Parts: sequence; C-alpha cells; structure tokens
Amino acid sequence: MIPFDLEYYVPADVSEAYDWFRKLQEQGKDPVYYSGGTEILTFARLNRVRTGAVIDLKAIPDCRSLQMSGQLLEIGSCVSLSDLCAANPFPLLSLAARGVADQTSRNKITFGGNICGRIIYREAVLPLLLTDSAVVLAGENGMRAVSIHEVFEGRLKLRKGEFLVKTLTDIRFLPLPYYHEKRRKIGHVGYPIVTVAALKKDGKLRMAFSGVCAFPFRSDPMEQVLNDSSIPPHKRIEEAIGRLPGPVLDDIESSAPYRRFLLARTMADAIQSLESR
Amino acid sequence: MREPMPAADSVEMEVNGEKRRVNVRASSLLLHTLRNMLGLTGCKPGCENGDCGACTVLVEGLPMKSCLMLTAEANGRKVTTIEGLANSPATYAFAKNQAFQCGYCTPGFIVNCEGLRNAYPQADLETVRLWLESNICRCTSYEEIHAAVQEMLAGYRRTP
Amino acid sequence: MTGAAKYANDNPAPGLLHAKLAVSTHAHARILSIDVSEAMRIPGVLAVVTGQDYPVLTGSPLSDRPPLALDKVRYVGEPIALVVAELESIAEMAAYRIQAEYEPLPAVFTTEEALRPGAPVLHERMSEYEKDEEVYPEPGKNIANRTKIRKGNMEEGWSQCRHIVEVHIHMPQSDHASMEVRSSTAEIKPDGKVFLRTASQSPYAVRGAVSQAFRLPLHHVFVHTPLVGGGYGGKAAIQLEFLAYMASRSVGGRRVRITNSREKDMMSSPVHIGLDSTVKLGCTADGRLMAADIEHRYNCGAYADRGPIMSRAGAVDCTGPYRIDNMRCDSLCVYTNHPYCTSFRGFAHSELTFAMERAMDSLAKEAGLDPLEFRFRNAIGPGDTTPTQTLLTRSTVGDLPKCIAKLMSLKNWQGSSSPHKDGPVVKAIGYSCFWKNSSTPLNAGGGASLVFYPDGTVNLQCGAVEIGQGTRTSLTQIAAERLRMDVGLIHISTDIDTEKDPYFWKTVASRSTFLVGNAVLRAADDAIEQLKRLGSLVLQGLPEDLDVGYGRVFLKARPDISIPIARLAEGVALPNGRTVGGGAIIGRGSYTMQNLTPLDPETGRGVPGPEWTVGVQAVEVEYHPIDCTYRLLRAATVIDAGKVINPALARAQVTGGMSMGLGLGSRETFYFDSNGVLLSPQFRSYKLIRYGEQPQYDVEFVETPHLEAPYGLRGIGEHGIIGMPAALANGLSRAAGVELNRLPLTPERIWRTVHDPF
Repeated sequence: MIPFDLEYYVPADVSEAYDWFRKLQEQGKDPVYYSGGTEILTFARLNRVRTGAVIDLKAIPDCRSLQMSGQLLEIGSCVSLSDLCAANPFPLLSLAARGVADQTSRNKITFGGNICGRIIYREAVLPLLLTDSAVVLAGENGMRAVSIHEVFEGRLKLRKGEFLVKTLTDIRFLPLPYYHEKRRKIGHVGYPIVTVAALKKDGKLRMAFSGVCAFPFRSDPMEQVLNDSSIPPHKRIEEAIGRLPGPVLDDIESSAPYRRFLLARTMADAIQSLESR
Repeated sequence: MREPMPAADSVEMEVNGEKRRVNVRASSLLLHTLRNMLGLTGCKPGCENGDCGACTVLVEGLPMKSCLMLTAEANGRKVTTIEGLANSPATYAFAKNQAFQCGYCTPGFIVNCEGLRNAYPQADLETVRLWLESNICRCTSYEEIHAAVQEMLAGYRRTP
Repeated sequence: MTGAAKYANDNPAPGLLHAKLAVSTHAHARILSIDVSEAMRIPGVLAVVTGQDYPVLTGSPLSDRPPLALDKVRYVGEPIALVVAELESIAEMAAYRIQAEYEPLPAVFTTEEALRPGAPVLHERMSEYEKDEEVYPEPGKNIANRTKIRKGNMEEGWSQCRHIVEVHIHMPQSDHASMEVRSSTAEIKPDGKVFLRTASQSPYAVRGAVSQAFRLPLHHVFVHTPLVGGGYGGKAAIQLEFLAYMASRSVGGRRVRITNSREKDMMSSPVHIGLDSTVKLGCTADGRLMAADIEHRYNCGAYADRGPIMSRAGAVDCTGPYRIDNMRCDSLCVYTNHPYCTSFRGFAHSELTFAMERAMDSLAKEAGLDPLEFRFRNAIGPGDTTPTQTLLTRSTVGDLPKCIAKLMSLKNWQGSSSPHKDGPVVKAIGYSCFWKNSSTPLNAGGGASLVFYPDGTVNLQCGAVEIGQGTRTSLTQIAAERLRMDVGLIHISTDIDTEKDPYFWKTVASRSTFLVGNAVLRAADDAIEQLKRLGSLVLQGLPEDLDVGYGRVFLKARPDISIPIARLAEGVALPNGRTVGGGAIIGRGSYTMQNLTPLDPETGRGVPGPEWTVGVQAVEVEYHPIDCTYRLLRAATVIDAGKVINPALARAQVTGGMSMGLGLGSRETFYFDSNGVLLSPQFRSYKLIRYGEQPQYDVEFVETPHLEAPYGLRGIGEHGIIGMPAALANGLSRAAGVELNRLPLTPERIWRTVHDPF
C-alpha cells in the first residue's frame, strides 16, 4: 500500500514522455520515469520515494525493442528480464539478468529499471561495460547515443528529465568466451556478495563487478594487472584487489573480509575458466 | 497515447474471464484492488515487497506479483487469480498431494504453477526450481509441493 | 486451495476503519513528548491514541508491557501511538507524521551486557508487576525469571568424570515469519460488547486478557478466529488485539482493523527468543554421563511475554533425553533492548537442544566415542529421573533407544557416520536427540461438545485453532472412531467463536490433540450415555444392554433391534403420548491436565507435564572446504509418536518442523545495527529456505503409547524442529573440523570460525 497519491501517465513515444516530464516538473510534481516499477513501488510503500506522478515508459516502441540492427544488438530499456533471458540474444547478459531477484519478479523488472535503479547492484550493466556498449538516452534534445563508459560512473549519469531508451551492443562481442558468477550469502535468491562477469577479447581479460563496492564497475587499472602475464595469477588477483575503485562493502550480506575472500576466489575461478578458451 | 490517469480514475480489466471496471486511486496496487474492490481475497498479501509470492496472479498468462504492480498497469489486460483456477491441474495436484498446511501461501504457489504449465509444460527440474523459488512456504518442507508439481507436469505430458 | 478460505484480514467491508502504528526509533529512551498535531491535520484521520490514554500493563506471567509505550521505550519498533483513519494509506501517512521527542538512555543488547553489574535496568518497577503462574523475577536486575534445577551431588558427579567439556553457544533472536502477518479487528457495540476478529492461536486467552486489561466482564468480549495463516507460537501472543480495542474505543466503537506490515510484524510484534548458554558436561572413561552444569541465558528482549515460561522449559528439559544423576542448571530469562519474544515452535527446546547436543558431540569427540553410540548409551528410560526428578515410566518417556536403533537400520543412514572426502567435497552426518514435555499451566484444559442433528449428522465444537497442523481433522477422526460413525458425517467449522465453542486454553505446546482429544472422547462418551438412555425408552431395554454405532442405538444381544440416532435426535413419539429425544442431544466433555505439580523454587523438583516425546534426528551435508559452502543432502527424524492416527499429516508436521529447524540452523537471524535498529525486517534480508534447497527427508515413527492420551498418541507438532539446528551444526562441525557453536551457520560464519576459531 502506497501511503500517498500519485498520477499515472503512459506516453506513446519518446518525445511525449519528455514533454510530460517537463510539464509535471513545472507543476511541482517531482515526476519519475517508471519502467517495471518494482523498485519505485517497494520504496514508495516505505515512504522512501515521494513522487506526485509516474511516467510509464512501457508503451514506447523504442523502449520495447529487442532486435539485431545491422552490427548492433538493440535492447529496449522496458524489456523484462524474463523476456531478455528467454530470447537469449546475449548469453552473458542472460546470466546476469537471471541472477536478479526471482523468476516471477523478473517478469516485471525491466532491463532499464535494473540499470537505472537506486538499489546499488545493477547487475545487468556488467555485460554492457564489458562489451563497450552504447546507450541511447532521450531528453530535452531528443535522443542521443553515447558510449556507456562516458555516462556510467557507478550509476547512469542522466541529465534532468533524461531516460534510458535502449542499449546497443556490437554483435561481434556476443560469441566471445565469457564467465559469470554470482555469490550470495546463502540460497539462490538474494543480493550478491560478489558478482563477477568476465569476457575474453583479443586474448585480454575484461572483468566487471557488482556487490563488491557500493556500485558496479569495470576498472582499467585492475584489468591491466589482471592481464600482466609477467606476474603469477594469485599475485595478479591480490594486486587487482588492491586497485579497487572504492572501499569493500561491509553490511548484513557479508563482512568486508569475507567479501574480499570470495572476490579473490571468484576472480581466480574466472581466470582459470577463461584461460584455456 | 492513452489519456493520463489523474490521482483517481477508472480501470478496466478482464478478471477471471469477466470484464470488470473499477474506480481506483492511481497509486493503488493491483493486490489491493483485487482484494478490496473485487473481493478476490485468494490473492494474499505476505510481504507487499515482492519477496514472498503469496499475491501472485497471472497477467496475460504470466505470473506477476500483484504487490509489484499498479492497478493502472493492468488496464485492458487479462488477470487470472486463484478464484479463476478452481478446476486447474495445479489446484488438483496440490489438493491430491496435500501440498499445503496453513494454506496461506497456497494460492500464490498454484497460480505460479499454472503459469509454469502454460509456459513450459515440459519444464525440467531446473526450470521448476527457478519458477518456484519465487514463492515462500513456511509450513511445509516443500516436499509435498515438489510432488504436486511433478505430478501436474507428468499428467500434462500424458495428455495429448 | 480455491481462494475461498477466509483469514483474519480477508473480509474487507464498507465502513471498516484502519489503524496504523507509529513506533519508537530508540532502543531505550525516556519519552519526553509525542506530537500528534500534524497527523491529526491530515484529512481522513479520525483519532490518534498514545500510551497515556491507556496506562495499563499487560502480559502473562508478568504484567510488564503497556500496549503503547508509557514514559519509556525499550526497543526500536515499540508502538508509541496509533492512528485511526478512513483509509489504510491515510493512517500510514499520518503515522509517519507523528513526532516523538526522546531522552536516550544507555541500552543493552546482549545477555552479557544485560547481566553485567551496573547495567542499565529496563524495568525499574519490576517488583510492582503482577504475576500469574510460577515466575521468579529479580528486581533491580534485567532478570525476568530464574529457574533452578539441583539434582544429585555435583562433587561426586565430577569426581567420576574422566572427560569434561565446556561449551558456549549462541542462538540469535529470529522470527516466526508466518506468511500471514498479524491482523486484528475490533468493534464495540453500543451496549458495550466487544467483538474481536483476530489471527490468533489463543482466542480464549485473548478474551481473558482484553477483559482483564480493560475491566470488561468476560461475557462482553467475543473473539472470532478464522483460519490462521501460520502461527508457530507467534500468534499465541496478544498484542494487536489490545491495540484494535483501543483504536475502536477512540472512534466511538466503530469497527477498526490493524494489520501489520511485514516489517512491523518483525520489528514491533513479538519474535523468537535467543539463547546464550554454557554447558559443562562430563562422562566416565567408557562414556557414561555423570555430571552436567548448565547456565541458560534466554534473550527475551524488552518484555517478558512467555519468556519466563520458556526459560523454565529450558531448565526442566535441560539435559536432553539423557540420564544424568548429578546436575545443576540455572535458566535465566534476560531483558535486553531488542524486540520482545513469545513462544516459538519447540518452546525453548530447539535452543536448549542446540546447547546440549553441541556439548554431547564435543564430549564424544573428547572421549573418542562414536557420537550416535554415545547417545544410545546414555539414552534416558523408565526408572530414570528427569532434571526435575520425575520418575519415568515407559508411558511417560517412550523409547529413545528404539528410535536410535531404527535410524541406524534405515537405508540411507546405515554404515559409517564418520566424515569422508568425496572429491573436492566432504560429506558428513550430524546427529541430535531430542525430547520435549509441554510447559502448560497446571490447569490447562479444554472442552468439546457434539451436537446431533435430526438427520444423524454431528457438529463438533471445540476451541482448537486450525493453523495448518490438521488438528481439527484429527479431532473429527477421534470422535468418529468413538461414536463408530462415518467421519464424513461429522462437521467441524474452520473458525473459532469464543461465544459458541467450548473453552480451550491455547493452541500451542503440541497439546491440542491431547487436551481437546480427551475432551472429545468424553463428549462422545457422554453422548453415547444419553443415546443409550433415550434408546432404552424406545427399545424397551436397559441402557447397559444397549450399544451405539453405525448411526444407530441397538441391543447388544440383538443388533437387528435398533433405532437410528437420527430419529432420536428428531424425537420419537411413543404411543403413550410421550416423546423421546428431540430437542437437542448434546454430548459434553472436558479435560484438564492431571497430576502436574509446581516446581520447587530451589531444586526444581516437580512434575512439569504429562509426558515426553523423544526422538533422534540426523542431517547429512556436503561441505566444500574451499569456500565453506555446503548443501543439505538428507535429513532424518525417527520419533516416538505414541500412536500415529494420520500418517500423512504426521509426516507433514515433522518435515515442516525439520525445514524450519534447518532454516534456524543455516540462515535465520536478526541483524541489528549498533543502535538496536533491526536491519533484516524483510524476506530479502531475513532469509528463508526456498523451494529447491530442501534435502531428501526420511521420517519414521516408533509407537510407544502414552497411556493417558487418546489412543496413546504423543505431541509431535513441534518436535521436527527441535534437533535440527544441533544436528546441522554437528554435521558441519565434523565436516569442517571446527566447533561451530554460533548460529546461524552461513558459509561466512563457518569461514570465520575456520580462519579464527577463537
């Protein structure tokens, strides 16, 4: 039960969505874009999100696309994680998506919602970081496509009123050898202690992480040392962990020392798994 | 585009095969609309946070947690609750295998199992696990629920 | 199954008002002021109630808890005010707007902190609290109860020990996590009569407590309990019922409902008790237990509720089902600034068993004995005495050696129990025995009535609540068997109305079938007597020459001379103008606990309950040393059920309990921050076992009748849970080669113990 009132808008296209946003903003309604909405609803019921209006993006065709377009795989932000897994155009992304929440919830949670959410894990972004994907954003000046590396720093840096329409991934990445592992406290449903996604391209290892720090990331300094074959693997891992972009999380899912332990183990597993491939 | 929905307005859904029109606040959740306005209290609140699955309904045949959905999102769609599944194979299998104790989580499990049967009548053990781990049962050990699902799927497979 | 079953919150009605709670943000603080003005300004808000409006104290056996905090708060989440509004959403928003000002006080969170000399005292006026039942609070300290057990000669006992271990265990507070959250509705009619509808395991106790707290005669309080969506002890407590009454009073008696959110159900309503315990245990060179010294410190949180009785139960059965002639135990119920606790499936036994059975494994290891053999050798039996010096008989203690022997004969559980490596994993089995008596008041009892309808069908009325355990089905079976009639012709409602159904103490302690079952038997016998008397008038025989069965009253010698019960129920007009039967045929019966005695305050000597149910449990784990993760492979229970009357229900009760016990052992716990704020009040953070994680279950029964019980049956509803945390910890300790004495056993907990065993 949500303890406040709100208005509900269903724009038919990208520009209409932004128009509503602007108008509602002017009316002081603090609108939010709404995709799967699971996070907004669960936060709203605890009064941790207050908004006077939600703008549901699910009717916008661009946000629902899931197709190959030339050399690019296009995934709309409102594609549900279940649909994404079932279609399975990008196996590494399917694995990342399948780790989120549970099957029934994934029928509602969307790809874009997972990436843009407040909950810190945003695991669906890891494969995008590994594949240097682009994101298509819509806002005041229409749509723009930018490299994810330009706009993702722990979370998507969106301008006021901007929203994620879809992502574009070069299909040459799709057949590359990959690795994905999500480690939880216990059981098969829950937030990660550590999630590691990895890809091997041109003999080089790429690795992205969630759960380790308070934000998901891929780190150049870490990858440099992970690919330095002059150092033995366990040293590489130790060194890479020394280059983490932030403090290791310490919370009820896991203490920081256990997280470091699992991180090192999972990285070793990733290296071993991709070494021979 | 559809007309924007102000703070309160009417929503039309097809619920268990019948067209139903309700006037709701835009912030109302499907769970509460089904229970409080349509009297479909088989749809159970357990956590209202998407964590337990007790409030699962089918929307266009797909299991959805009705606590994670605004009523407005179901506008124009087909919703099936436990009340609409009285003679379903899942209901039969749960009854036959006594796959319930207090019965509170049971509607959510049955609805989810019906969704599973619709989508994957040949579901393997791993698929069954993936789907059913969306629901929590506190009374049973899941042993009887496992037996019920296996029987439901086996029965379906035998049917041409 | 079809969605038609109605639970407490399943009858939305026009005009129903809603109440929501504002709760404390401090673990321990003096309340300086509560500002409700902003909440009252919200349109749709009808009333706000605070503790000052109802300065009453509630709780049994110790009246220490105001329904809304008075002067002081003692845990984060404690209700401080309630808002009544037209809509649930309005009540909720208004509750957020209530502002309280506090003066923080130092808080204690662990039993160790609470027992430290000079520790801040939670209940300064403890000596003024009213008491019922046996309870021994220690004013000036944070001790709500101390139960002492003294038996044999400790010096002599220790002198005979060749091996001695001392084990310290910790079991945290956790939650009942019923899928149905608590919900109560109250309405006060213009004539002052109070109608409550509540999700409760103890509707008659609700009637009594509401009557007492608000000074209402018992016949003005009516409690309706529909189906209950899981209880496990948590809905035996009385909390929202008081609040619903207060809410209704504040709006002129209109019908008001208060339903917890999941978060409030965990942080504000009563939870599962925690335990810290020290067990010192010794045995002879050949493995005979000679002495035990046990201190239990139950963490009951901010208020006592049933904590004192649970700590007493922890003392009464502290040794587990083993003969130990020299022993002492002090079992304390300790206040801390955590959510308060109430009864939980097993009633302090999964906790005491975890302590004792970890010590048993440590001692077996120390003495170089096989853990199961060690248990077999020390199993308690007829002729032995319990910690409270009750002399046991076969009827009162059942047959634990037979249970152990049966476990060892089962297909999956034969052969070596030592841990063994299997590739990168280690497989190991852990064992635990258990026993449990009930901890009821001496006068716990219940009634039943059987009303015959004119077509020969019967309505069985009794006060045992259906919480999924199948009790009401079993009771109709008992009635049908005694009346020798088809069970399908006996109706039992799913709901309880205290107005119509005969009293029953509470649906707890695995005692419903025993107490109410005996009452049903007596009601059936009463009915049979009446039917024979009526039959004798029609059939012209003596009542003692008649018999009842198959829907008829008949002559024993000439069964073909008979009259249908239906006709007697309808009324038979005799030629002489007299009518026999008709009106109503009602069989009445009641049963109360027999032969229990109070426990001596210094030694604990006394008879605590009617019988012990015993059994043995085992868990096989597959452990991965490399990252300390594990899988549950198999779990077994062999239990002496006395008599199994419904095998499917019995198995389901046992496996359900086992699953819950594995949850407690492996993952369930509350996490608090340093200010006592509960960090895991949702199922995302409060982990429960989900589908697919269940091990393979083996359940077997031994049948040694309990002579006082209907058909000899024993309580089994709780028992599946009792030994599971211990068996899991024993198995994992053996697999990991470290002593795992703190629950829950998440992989991280094991990892930390492996890397830093001290």
